[in-house]
Amino acid sequence: MAGTTDKTMLDDLTDAERKALAQCRHAVLGVERPLRLDCGVDLGPYRVAYQTYGTLNVEKSNVVLICHALTMDQFVADQHPVTGNKGWGESIVGPGKVLDPAHYFIICANVLGGCMGTTGPLACDPATGQPWNLRFPVVTIADMVRAQVALLDHLGIPDLFCVIGGSMGGMQVLEWAASYPARVFSAVPIACAARHSAQNIAFHEVGRQAIMADPEWKGGDYRLHHTVPARGLAVARMTAHITYLSEQALQRKFGRALQDRNALGFGFDADFQVESYLRYQGSTFVDRFDANSYLYITRAMDYFDLADAHGGVLANAFKGTPTRFCLVSFTSDWLFPTRESREIVHALNAAAANVSFVEVESDKGHDAFLLEEPEMFRTLAGFLKGAASARGLKDVP
Amino acid sequence: MNSAIRVDLQLIADMVDPATRALDVGCGDGSLLAYLVDFKRVDARGMELSQAGVNACVANGLSVIQGDADADLRDYPDDAFDYVILSQTLQATREPREVLRQMLRVGKRAIVSFPNFAHWQIRLRLVFGGRMPETPSLPFKWYDTPNIHLCSIDDFRALCADMGVRVERAIVLDRTSKPINLPPLLANLLGEQAVFMLRRD
Repeated sequence: MAGTTDKTMLDDLTDAERKALAQCRHAVLGVERPLRLDCGVDLGPYRVAYQTYGTLNVEKSNVVLICHALTMDQFVADQHPVTGNKGWGESIVGPGKVLDPAHYFIICANVLGGCMGTTGPLACDPATGQPWNLRFPVVTIADMVRAQVALLDHLGIPDLFCVIGGSMGGMQVLEWAASYPARVFSAVPIACAARHSAQNIAFHEVGRQAIMADPEWKGGDYRLHHTVPARGLAVARMTAHITYLSEQALQRKFGRALQDRNALGFGFDADFQVESYLRYQGSTFVDRFDANSYLYITRAMDYFDLADAHGGVLANAFKGTPTRFCLVSFTSDWLFPTRESREIVHALNAAAANVSFVEVESDKGHDAFLLEEPEMFRTLAGFLKGAASARGLKDVP
Repeated sequence: MNSAIRVDLQLIADMVDPATRALDVGCGDGSLLAYLVDFKRVDARGMELSQAGVNACVANGLSVIQGDADADLRDYPDDAFDYVILSQTLQATREPREVLRQMLRVGKRAIVSFPNFAHWQIRLRLVFGGRMPETPSLPFKWYDTPNIHLCSIDDFRALCADMGVRVERAIVLDRTSKPINLPPLLANLLGEQAVFMLRRD
């Protein structure tokens, strides 16, 4: 399939994409019927790169779709093809974990607009044969979900036992539940919101401006010029990274401790450990993420407003929903604070939906959703157990 | 599956028809919810004030959210449930009358259990002891009790009459949580708690 694909897609793949595609599956979709995006553009053909764990049962009733966050990808539980790090979701997916491949068929697809194999601004416009770059249409959370729906159709999977995700992944979960209720048996939106707040849009804008202010960005055509807007992308990552942590966690981890020195340097090197840490976070991010992709994906989050898409009333998005919901938030998350999850719960109550909601005590900030949080694992295990029993899923303990 | 639950909860469970929809407001550790789900195939949801209680319920596979009777019943649409249950919580709400009204809006029926503040022991303690009563079912000091709207069985009946709510069933329990069958005057004296099933008239 890969051979025909490459011809169809006319891509000039990056190293990261090549490595990613070598380590996961992909589907070329939208050849006959392009994807109608929210912006009005018809996109096709397009590629969706995805990873699977476990086996599809005969009834096709054990499918779990994981929706990944802004800078994550489809490599939930295996070694990352670019960084070599372990999968971002290994605390939750694996033998004996909450999502055990022995019971579930787990799918995670790189989002539309991404840079790990799914079509995004790095790809070529089939009309011109030239890289899209900033001419790539602006995609939305709903568009990302449409691409996932097309992938499931392609795989012959009628519905999902569970769709789960944190942060931007949670937004996709909400979009799934609102737009395809009959295909979602249970939904787990974690640490997210039904719309991106002004503060969050503001932080994203700082990140985008940092990228676009980098002279190496070249109006988005940096690959043509063989440059990389590394400094801009690193600054964007540094800013964003602060929002993922809590003040308390930063203080506990670093305080005012100095980096490799005993006294202040009276200069602008990284005197403090926290500076050194952020610089490291920024520089390693550049190796695995694409700057234009970062622009597009942050934009998709900014545009997300589920109530707005349903006449201004969030409850309308869930009217008559048959889906079982479980929401999780974290006490120290100031990027997607508990009140945002509570708003979704209120809307679900107004729709008389079956909903559980747990706020987990944690001082790790937004990042808590990716970390070892036993309380979250207990919540998810209990919820999935209840849902599996309601679904009549055999073999799930 | 645990088939043994507190006697007063069992009485409530017995009032709920199988395969219906129920909301348990103030569901605590979820034992009534679990019983309704496991033994009566009820689509049962819970609401609980304490986050620790909520987390424990959800970890046991129950559908529970954090919330309280005063603030959060408002969200639900009319007739969302066959039963809305409030066990041993009415006396701790800020606006019991409004809570009852909301319960009967959201549910076709409401099941309410509460301690009887006119029980003879309580009367004796106040009349002869001259102090605010503390009993096994009301074990708090006056200054730290969550029970801010205590009532007697007769008070509750009067409220139902005033609200035009029909009492479908009323069970009065003695100190061992055994149902007792007595005329109203005696029930209000000897009953330690009561369970009412109400519906809109």
